[in-house]
Amino acid sequence: MAEYILQARNITKKFPGVLANDHINFDLKKGEIHTILGENGAGKSTLMNILDGIYYPNEGEIYINGKKAHIRSPFDSMRYGIGMIHQHFMLVDTLTVLENVILGLKDQSFFINKKQIANKILEISNRYKFDLKPFAKIWQLSVGEQQRVEIVKMLFRGADILILDEPTAVLTPQESEALFEILKKMKSEGKSIIFISHKLNEVMEISDRITVLRKGKVIGTVNKDETNPVELAKMMVGREVLFRLQRKPLERGEEVLKVENVEAYNDRGIKVLNKIGFTVHRGEIFGLAGVAGNGQKELAQVITGLRKATNGKVFLLGKDITNQHPLVIANSGTNYIPPDRLKVGLVPNLSSIDNAILRRYRKSPIGSGILVNYKKAREYTESLIEKFNIMVPRIDAPVKLLSGGNMQKLLLAREISENPALLIAVHPTRGLDIGATEFIRKKLLEVRDSGMAVLLISEDLDEILMISDRIGVIYEGRITGIMDAKDADVRKIGLLMAGSTEEESATVH
Amino acid sequence: MSGAHHIVLIALFSAAVQSGTTLLYPTIGEIFAERAGILNLGVEGMMIMGAFFGFVVTYITKNPYIGFLAGVLAGGISALIHAFVSITLRGNQVVSGLALTIFGLGFTNFYGQKWINLRSPVTVSQMSVPLLSKIPYIGPIFFKQDALVYTSYIVAIVMWFILYKTKVGVHLRATGQNARAADAMGVNVYATRYWWTFFGGLLAGAGGAYLTIAYAPFWLDGMTAGRGWIAIALVIFAMWDPLNAMVGAYLFGGIDALQLQLQAVGVTIPSSLLNMLPYLLTLIVIIIATLIVRVKHISAPKELGIPYNREEK
Repeated sequence: MAEYILQARNITKKFPGVLANDHINFDLKKGEIHTILGENGAGKSTLMNILDGIYYPNEGEIYINGKKAHIRSPFDSMRYGIGMIHQHFMLVDTLTVLENVILGLKDQSFFINKKQIANKILEISNRYKFDLKPFAKIWQLSVGEQQRVEIVKMLFRGADILILDEPTAVLTPQESEALFEILKKMKSEGKSIIFISHKLNEVMEISDRITVLRKGKVIGTVNKDETNPVELAKMMVGREVLFRLQRKPLERGEEVLKVENVEAYNDRGIKVLNKIGFTVHRGEIFGLAGVAGNGQKELAQVITGLRKATNGKVFLLGKDITNQHPLVIANSGTNYIPPDRLKVGLVPNLSSIDNAILRRYRKSPIGSGILVNYKKAREYTESLIEKFNIMVPRIDAPVKLLSGGNMQKLLLAREISENPALLIAVHPTRGLDIGATEFIRKKLLEVRDSGMAVLLISEDLDEILMISDRIGVIYEGRITGIMDAKDADVRKIGLLMAGSTEEESATVH
Repeated sequence: MSGAHHIVLIALFSAAVQSGTTLLYPTIGEIFAERAGILNLGVEGMMIMGAFFGFVVTYITKNPYIGFLAGVLAGGISALIHAFVSITLRGNQVVSGLALTIFGLGFTNFYGQKWINLRSPVTVSQMSVPLLSKIPYIGPIFFKQDALVYTSYIVAIVMWFILYKTKVGVHLRATGQNARAADAMGVNVYATRYWWTFFGGLLAGAGGAYLTIAYAPFWLDGMTAGRGWIAIALVIFAMWDPLNAMVGAYLFGGIDALQLQLQAVGVTIPSSLLNMLPYLLTLIVIIIATLIVRVKHISAPKELGIPYNREEK
């Protein structure tokens, strides 16, 4: 089968508690651009890391040009002509372009022949109109330029198979366009390319064939010409009947949160919130859907005071809380379930008691003067544990020993017990088992019924559809559409998530 | 200035170079370990191992060069303990390094009892470098020394070259800055870290051995007296550069030589205050160097002290 340059057979990879890849089969034709499409956590990156030798699969084989390949390390994969461009670039900031390019090459002489290497870099760079300077340091380059260094690095090594892991995630639309031109040119020169993405419009633009992954399994492989974004969205998200949990009919109350024209930058200095605006009311769950990295994390941080808004206003119950101290915002009635429970939500090495009282130790009765009343603290924690049915080994054992579900229950218990006006929940069920997931969702509905306003930010579209009253879609830091949950369907949301405006997506029906 | 002053000053500076040599070797060694991402706080322990074995082997064989090699090797082998804990077991590097220091001091205290106050029967002889030793001031200070001092010059220059001009240097710098990237590009992170940790130990041993073979050719319990810690401070002062390390080492060597000289001529400052000088200066220099490092955006190797695990997400 010389037609296929790379074949993966029955690839299975288990991480503790997760089956990341479940008997995956995948073929790459010579000279094609083949997209791996899937939601976050579908197992795309795991599969690619296996092809690149970073992970070693529990089961399965890889064939290169029909022959079984033994890939145990990135160095091995390079010998088979596989070059991977990771989502987080594998570049050393303090080194020059040239030093990064030759990093790890075994056939280089002991003393670096800078002139010869620089010429070869310039030759590759010119062929694709990259305009790279071999002696510039990586930290001086823009993200787009850094990506080009990655590409040159792979071509310098003579890679025939290029894997690009969500390459457009960090690029501006213009940079993405330029990247697509480069990929098309490489394809015309006979390179085979695996492109990983969850952005449907990109996928339709660049691919020859598309393989869809969901929950670690291959759902199917289709030719680009025989499919459309609607079908792909359905394959990606799943066809299961969306079942809605029991709830009281919506009694939408007064406005609790109002976000108005907010702009903010991410840690890399890229503008990720672009005049975003929406409102959340008493007694509703406002679900914000969107592909990861479109500004969701930063939005939650801006509202809770953990990130500075460079423009725009945030109002809570009519009061301006823009860029206030996080404690002030929390005390004025906003509580927060952060996306990363172990890094932001809880203190892993402290006990359940210490974690449970984080919102209360300043105030009486748990706080008294400079002391903490641990008798009261213990009673309070015990009441939470009972009410939320949290399983702890011992009440004073470090919370890192709890299961993910119990950690999340403790976090949720702590936050909603403050009875805030607004609860922001970011990925509240990520990585949890079915039981804990259901528990968390029921609790969110319960607090909604009791009149709290809930802003639910999630990449899990099923979750958004299941418990939201209204659904907003975020794309590149702005809202592309807001709809009533009753009128929502996966196709429409999928298209909005990929950046189509509401008018465009309406025509697809 | 009169001729007598000249001679005193040149003697002082010459002693500064010798004292500095005991610091230069371990500082360069630690620079390379840290460049690979391994923080080894066991320099003091590795130095005293080098000092002890260097002295004992010189005493027995009556050959200071064989003794020096023994000291170098003792330092290197001690470093392998730290390498095993911090690379293979992925343990805490601070704890492991401190343990190594305590181990080295304890080991030499125990086995060194019967050697205390013995003098080495031989020492390394001074060799003038033709031509260079004739240069005024510079010549008598730097080029009327012994072979082990000259070796340290060569080590500093060669290691600078390796660090910045060779493939090996690129691999080393990449490993300490971004081990995951280095690994993805086919650099063997574990082997790189093992080798440079071992290398750091060899040079720490060399510094210790020079102390008991040339600078103060006798054995005293705990005679490295904090030089290992000064070397660790000098790594920051040198901003992880072997040639800068020379400047730092001779500066501190000068302070050391000066306080000995002052004590010898009977200056009326209490000797304990004079003894304190190098450590006081260490503190001041570290504060200044840290500020400079921050302003110039030079930073410690990013992965200093962080164990590497390929499959960790």
